[in-house]
Amino acid sequence: MIRTWSDLLPMLPELFLLGMTSLILIAGLYIDERRRGLVHFLATLTLVFTAILTLRDFHLGERVAVAGGMFIRDGMGDILKLFVYLSTAIVFVYAKYYLRTHKLFVSEYYSLALFAVLGMCILISGGNLLTVYLGLELMALSGYALVAVDRDSPTAAESAMKYFVLGALASGLLLYGMSMLYGITGSLDLTEIATRLASGDHPKVVLAFAVVFIVVGVGFKFGAVPFHMWVPDVYQGAPTAVTLFLAAAPKLAAVGMAFRLLTEGLAPLVHDWSQMLGFLAMMSLIVGNLAAIAQTNLKRMLAFSTISHVGFLLLGILAGTDTGMAASMFYAITYALMTTGAFGMIIALSNAGFESERIEDFKGLNQRHPWFAFLMLLIMASLGGFPPLIGFFSKLYVLQAVINAGWLWLAVVAVVMAVIGAFYYLRVIKVMYFDEPEHEHPITAPGDVRVVLAANGLLQIGLTLFAGTLTALCVAAFP
Amino acid sequence: MIADWPLLSLFVWLPIAGAVAVLVTGDRNAGAAKWLALIVALATLALCFPLWANFDTTTSAMQFVERTPWIAAFNIDYHLGIDGFSLPLLVLTSVVTVLVLIAGWEGIDYKPTQYVAAFLALAGLMNGVFVAQDALLFYVFFEGMLIPMFIIIGIWGGPRRVYATLKFFLYTFLGSVFMLLGLIYLYLKGQSFQLADMQAMTLSMSEQTWLFFAFLVAFAVKIPMWPVHTWLPDAHVEAPTGGSMVLAAVMLKVGGYGFLRFSMPIAPDAAAEYAWLIITLSLIAVVYIGFVALAQQDMKKLIAYSSISHMGFVTLGLFIAFALVLDKNAADTAALGVQGAMVQMISHGFVSAAMFGAVGVLYDRVHSRQIADYGGVVNTMPWYSAFVVFFAMANCGLPGTSGFVGEFMVILATVKMSLGVAALAGLTLILGAAYTLWLVKRVIFGDVANKHVAELTDLNAREWIVMSTLAFFVLLIGLWPEPLVQVMQTSVEALLQHVTTSKLIGIPG
Repeated sequence: MIRTWSDLLPMLPELFLLGMTSLILIAGLYIDERRRGLVHFLATLTLVFTAILTLRDFHLGERVAVAGGMFIRDGMGDILKLFVYLSTAIVFVYAKYYLRTHKLFVSEYYSLALFAVLGMCILISGGNLLTVYLGLELMALSGYALVAVDRDSPTAAESAMKYFVLGALASGLLLYGMSMLYGITGSLDLTEIATRLASGDHPKVVLAFAVVFIVVGVGFKFGAVPFHMWVPDVYQGAPTAVTLFLAAAPKLAAVGMAFRLLTEGLAPLVHDWSQMLGFLAMMSLIVGNLAAIAQTNLKRMLAFSTISHVGFLLLGILAGTDTGMAASMFYAITYALMTTGAFGMIIALSNAGFESERIEDFKGLNQRHPWFAFLMLLIMASLGGFPPLIGFFSKLYVLQAVINAGWLWLAVVAVVMAVIGAFYYLRVIKVMYFDEPEHEHPITAPGDVRVVLAANGLLQIGLTLFAGTLTALCVAAFP
Repeated sequence: MIADWPLLSLFVWLPIAGAVAVLVTGDRNAGAAKWLALIVALATLALCFPLWANFDTTTSAMQFVERTPWIAAFNIDYHLGIDGFSLPLLVLTSVVTVLVLIAGWEGIDYKPTQYVAAFLALAGLMNGVFVAQDALLFYVFFEGMLIPMFIIIGIWGGPRRVYATLKFFLYTFLGSVFMLLGLIYLYLKGQSFQLADMQAMTLSMSEQTWLFFAFLVAFAVKIPMWPVHTWLPDAHVEAPTGGSMVLAAVMLKVGGYGFLRFSMPIAPDAAAEYAWLIITLSLIAVVYIGFVALAQQDMKKLIAYSSISHMGFVTLGLFIAFALVLDKNAADTAALGVQGAMVQMISHGFVSAAMFGAVGVLYDRVHSRQIADYGGVVNTMPWYSAFVVFFAMANCGLPGTSGFVGEFMVILATVKMSLGVAALAGLTLILGAAYTLWLVKRVIFGDVANKHVAELTDLNAREWIVMSTLAFFVLLIGLWPEPLVQVMQTSVEALLQHVTTSKLIGIPG
């Protein structure tokens, strides 16, 4: 229970984020269009200071429960949150240019995104079914609204609607599963649930339903097959600045959610849910990779690519081990850095009236702008998991975890699908390098986008050199 | 002292740093960029001298070792070292890289800096493959080579380049992912990615069998063996001259090197068990692919098939050893087989680079690779024709050229095992002579076929350098193979010693 204010200290970053986001929400009303850059500045500053507050008492290797276990501060949470802040800060840089050129530069984008970030933080730190659900809904509701931020676009409205209806259904299922779990164990606290599940006899049927519904809820948030229907439409229909945001940070939060709910909360039932995740992973790998081949729209292709990456991510989680979770966390972190780069490139090449979101739009990029082509080459090769880029190491770790858990056949499926997946990443490289340019849209990306994009692309190779450090960090998060 | 430098790291990073520098220089200063690339390549080549001079031929242990933890959580080290197998391949790579840059000096008009940068990066990665002593580091270099090669074939290749380069990439990628699973399995068992630990690890027969086939897929595609060779003719035909040279001279050798480093020492019992399979496939490659080469209309395709046939000799030599080491009286002959395979790899590196370079010389002038478009080239290009005839002789294995030494050693070893196998392998001498000499006859000799041939000009200084350097090495190995054999002697013995010790001892069932 909270007795003094100092008990709340571990929650300081979230409290600060909440305060600043509310401030931005109100301030946004009084800042006119010409000074809107101030909102961007404030939002970025908020992320920076939240990150500093998180780093100030970095909880690597220790676990602190606040408010009677409602809110958990631990190494895993801190690392995931730091990368949520980082990827969101990168997203803001790209988004500003896109929103400006598309006349969408509204302060709501920033306040909604920050509220979503807050939701992610609560979700990652959720030690109780209620906080997990609270965080999840805050993230999801902000997401639905963000997709519809372009009020005049019918496709955006359609995808927002689809996202909302399917998301609400999944939330309902998750909530249903949670209520059954509460009914069986009589507790909302995840640690307590794990202890009670481990001891004593529980009604098998109800328990089975509870696990199924919770796995469905988690699967939906990841966008795993067969709960992936919303992913391609939302990715394609939403403004690129929003797709960019939804593609990166929520995956990190989903890893946190899977850890809290499954690995911690349902630890005694690991055999049941890992079977289900194994099926989801296999289907995601197959459907994601095969469907991506047929796409002509890069955003849609990246959506299916996300689905296949989720398949890989689940491999680490379903292993049910600490190294498996560390591998998934590493995967989510590196994936977030790859996908921001890929969408950032789409934004950097777009300008007013030109979206640059079809694969053909990248034709002959090596002639138009060799540097951007090279960065995109790094990003695509990293997404494809080709060594020596960092994407290879994330695949290596999850494969290692899943083989260690005895799922060799799943690892074989995964690598075969990775080879099939290599084709569509190579196709992007092919159009950039081997084809002639088809259009002469000028590249008008401003300096900050160029700098961040360069850093983002070079990170794919640079992280390889420091792979040891990042790996050690991820392993240390699960002592 | 120069011997104290991290020489092996320089072999990897100097070309890669050179590639970055060249890219930064940009196309506006294409001339400066090319010179810069050449200087970097020559500097890398110069590093071979201290390496060779300080190399200790009396030990089979790894030398010039550099080791730093890289990913400590999973025991992955940045661990470099060379033995008698790596050293000749490093020299081969360095020589070929310099020659490729010289050969592509003028013909490349589109994005010349990217062209030379790709080759430099490729050279660094290939060197990395030959010096890596950590299995994962090896894999990273092994796969990393694909990206520059993909770009090289795709941008500067022929009309069907996109098909060829995608096929090349996906084929090799598919092959190597199974190897990755094998490496992960070995890591989980031994908690180490060190090659030496993997080689020392005790494994049951079924484990060895799975690992052997996982590695086989990777290296059989790379080398390439029949029936997974089909990417090679496409890649060679479509690749620019430099790409074909590197592909044939060095990249194929990575497959043979993989057999030496992974398949044989890690799974020796399975390798012995399935040696018959490899020997059969090698014989098919030698004989059947030899006939296929005979039927080709495209010069590059013909040489590509000839490469597959020659690589069949490499695998034959390596795996004949397993049939022989079991027989205690033939232990020396087993060493001959492995040595022959190594010499064949080095020799083929120079000869195939020369053959592809020679085709490139004609292609630069006439822009056709079809045999039918030529005839009587000797009338207009006498010097060129002299070189071609010489390299053709090396390709058929004429005594006095490098091609003879390796084939002779392998056949000698094969005779010990079975006269029938030796007779089949010996067919290559006839087939090789047939397709190579027939090619020479149709292209070089006879009357001047058409006005294109009549307008040909003989080699320029740049092409002279390439051709004469390659001819020098072909002759050197042919007449004086002793240093080359000497360098690998102890390593070969150690390898055979290692593979004859069964890993099954002490394992029930």
